[in-house]
Amino acid sequence: MMQASAAAARAMTLLAPARGTRVQTKTYPPERDVTDEPPRVGVFVCHCGSNIASVVDVRAVVERTRELPYVAFADHNVYTCADDTQNLMKETIVAYRLNRVIVASCTPRTHEPIFRDTLRDAGLNPYLLEMANIRDQCSWVHSQNPQEATAKAIDLVRMAVSRVARSVPLADGTAPVRGGALVVGGGVAGMTAALAMADQGFPVHLVEKQKTLGGTARQIHVTLDGQDVGAFLDQTIARVTDNPRITVRLESHVAKVDGHVGSFTSKLVGDCVGDGAGTDIKHGVIVVATGATEQKPQTYGYGSDARVLTQLELSDRIGQNDLDLPTNATVVMIQCVEQRNPERPYCSRVCCTTAVKNALLLHKRFPAARIMVLYRDMRTYGFREAAYREAREEGVLFVRYEAERPPRLDLDGDLRLSLYEPALGRDVLVRPDLLVLAAPVVPRADRGELSELLRVPLNADGFSLEAHMKLRPVDFASEGLFLCGTAHAPKFISETISQANAVAGRAASILSRKEMPVSSQIAWVDPDKCVSCMTCVHVCPYMAPHVGFNSKAEVQGTVCMGCGSCTSDCPAQAITLRNYASTQIVAAIDGLLTERAEEPDLEPVFPEQVGVAQPRWHVSQPAPAKGTP
Amino acid sequence: MTRQPVILAFCCHYCAYAAADLAGSMRLQYPSNVRVLRFPCTGKIEPNYILTAFERGVDGVLVAGCLEGGCHFLEGNLRARRRIERVRQLLDEIGIEPERLEMFNLSSAEGPRFAAIATEMSQRIARLGSSPLRVDCEQVEAGIGELRQQGEAALRGEAK
Repeated sequence: MMQASAAAARAMTLLAPARGTRVQTKTYPPERDVTDEPPRVGVFVCHCGSNIASVVDVRAVVERTRELPYVAFADHNVYTCADDTQNLMKETIVAYRLNRVIVASCTPRTHEPIFRDTLRDAGLNPYLLEMANIRDQCSWVHSQNPQEATAKAIDLVRMAVSRVARSVPLADGTAPVRGGALVVGGGVAGMTAALAMADQGFPVHLVEKQKTLGGTARQIHVTLDGQDVGAFLDQTIARVTDNPRITVRLESHVAKVDGHVGSFTSKLVGDCVGDGAGTDIKHGVIVVATGATEQKPQTYGYGSDARVLTQLELSDRIGQNDLDLPTNATVVMIQCVEQRNPERPYCSRVCCTTAVKNALLLHKRFPAARIMVLYRDMRTYGFREAAYREAREEGVLFVRYEAERPPRLDLDGDLRLSLYEPALGRDVLVRPDLLVLAAPVVPRADRGELSELLRVPLNADGFSLEAHMKLRPVDFASEGLFLCGTAHAPKFISETISQANAVAGRAASILSRKEMPVSSQIAWVDPDKCVSCMTCVHVCPYMAPHVGFNSKAEVQGTVCMGCGSCTSDCPAQAITLRNYASTQIVAAIDGLLTERAEEPDLEPVFPEQVGVAQPRWHVSQPAPAKGTP
Repeated sequence: MTRQPVILAFCCHYCAYAAADLAGSMRLQYPSNVRVLRFPCTGKIEPNYILTAFERGVDGVLVAGCLEGGCHFLEGNLRARRRIERVRQLLDEIGIEPERLEMFNLSSAEGPRFAAIATEMSQRIARLGSSPLRVDCEQVEAGIGELRQQGEAALRGEAK
């Protein structure tokens, strides 16, 4: 998913001048106003070939459904999702003046959008559709028992009819998309994402806390396959600073973020921004690329003895040619220092490869040096395995140690390292001239501030948490927020670059629009009932509700994700989740358990309370008699 | 005629409902007395809905949400868990076995687990028997008929 998004971003860069030129927008007939009409429900029961019909007696379902309140039409079709049946549905909706539709077929997870579209084509509001899942949750799972499956299918349709009778038309809104992107962090991840977005034509604000761009990669100098990281960084920094679409703000940080996807306003504070009050910028998306750092070890005499280094420091010293060793020196590297333990259970992913890389570099510079890597498990994954083999062939000694018996260091004068070698079954003593520690990659100490500001989650290890590991690997759960680089997890430069490009691809899906669709399945606060207790403000994981001018809570439609948490915690029951109103849910429960023959008059809905679509002018027609077109 | 026990499954759209669909795609078999009602998130399930379901005569309610820490809406399922605990206490207070209500957590990839949960809940409710709030329509009608006969007999007796 990540690689594909990155490829999409690269393709979009090439296609940027032609964006939107071949787009055709679908047009729909004007929507019929049904708010004053009593419910007239049409039920379409699907055979799904033999998937449903071979188990459920669809004719019996249709017969029983016709007796239900509000049902004006019921029939069965071989494939309801087929084009000809869709056209038939549209004709039936018009002929019978249906104003609610039930499709009893497969799962709404796959087919609800298709049938909602059918309703729109027939001039009905898409929220007047309800699906009864009589395939995935009925015929397929009760294939041994057709009678019970049929009874269950009838129940499911009854629930759906009862619920849809209380459904009201809802109006989907739009919100404008303004400005470009705000990228927080000027390392490899942030710069790559900024460039990839700027190349697609979007303006970018790049904010960096330090005095220079480059981040942690400055200390790496060279990759395992010999690429010059320093030259790459210089080139990238030059491209960023020369790009007219990128505004770089050094020694600055984000102090405040307001707004929602497509239209954020952030306050930047810092030296380069001028006065202490900071400046406000407007942008449509936010990219978190704040990186990670190397944890300085507390053990093995680190900090008190100049002969003890971390792997990152060794990389830097080798790169700067600032390493003074006797020709026949002994260099010992200890892997998994202060990590993969109960306090820090995760693996830092890059240390094994870094140790192999540095061992090979040292070997090249000091061919007579003895190099020893003390490891728990070597994980030079993918093609990096070849380098591991090369290191062994070159004479680098890999010695395993057990997590329960880590190497012990005696710091008196000479470094004296004793370790238990499990294959030999006894202790081994080594006198290293240089001791290198694979310290863990840890998130930035100030990560909490930004995550609090953006209200995005961190995982148990303190890294930024993506919305879904596989399906949305560069998105945060909240709309319009993205993450890349080591702020997300320890990773290699190549992985960081593809993730940063992926962010540019995902961000373009928002920035290339003029406006964002806003679902109407969101929470709405009744100001007459709201007691301004702030419960919803505390409950909402997305900061959607805020208390407005009249001291009543209001939900920002573009921020609300429609989870409904606030509705169930509101002590005044002032909040309704549209399309999941309590009346609809209780009606579905009622539909399951009470078989009413009469059609109770439904209370008229107040348009504002349920967020209905704006009423449209229409000429009232007498409804045709039940069952006849 | 006594009806089969009815179990209502309140499922969140992103995990439990998807798992129920997956159980279907895998053609797993589970008892047919489980009816699924879809919610965007278990955090939306108000205590009122569960109490209404029992009031209308449902014999058991299972609430199924995402794994803890894996909620699509971050923490809806944790709120749901606390809420369900409270409703179980309420049920206990009004004389309904709290075991008739249970919350489960599963991921969208756990079709077999959904089938197992449905089976387990169905067996549990079979063991507990009908809900004490369940009113059998025919029994009620028979009862009303009997009362009416008694009343009519009494009226006739007065007339004599």
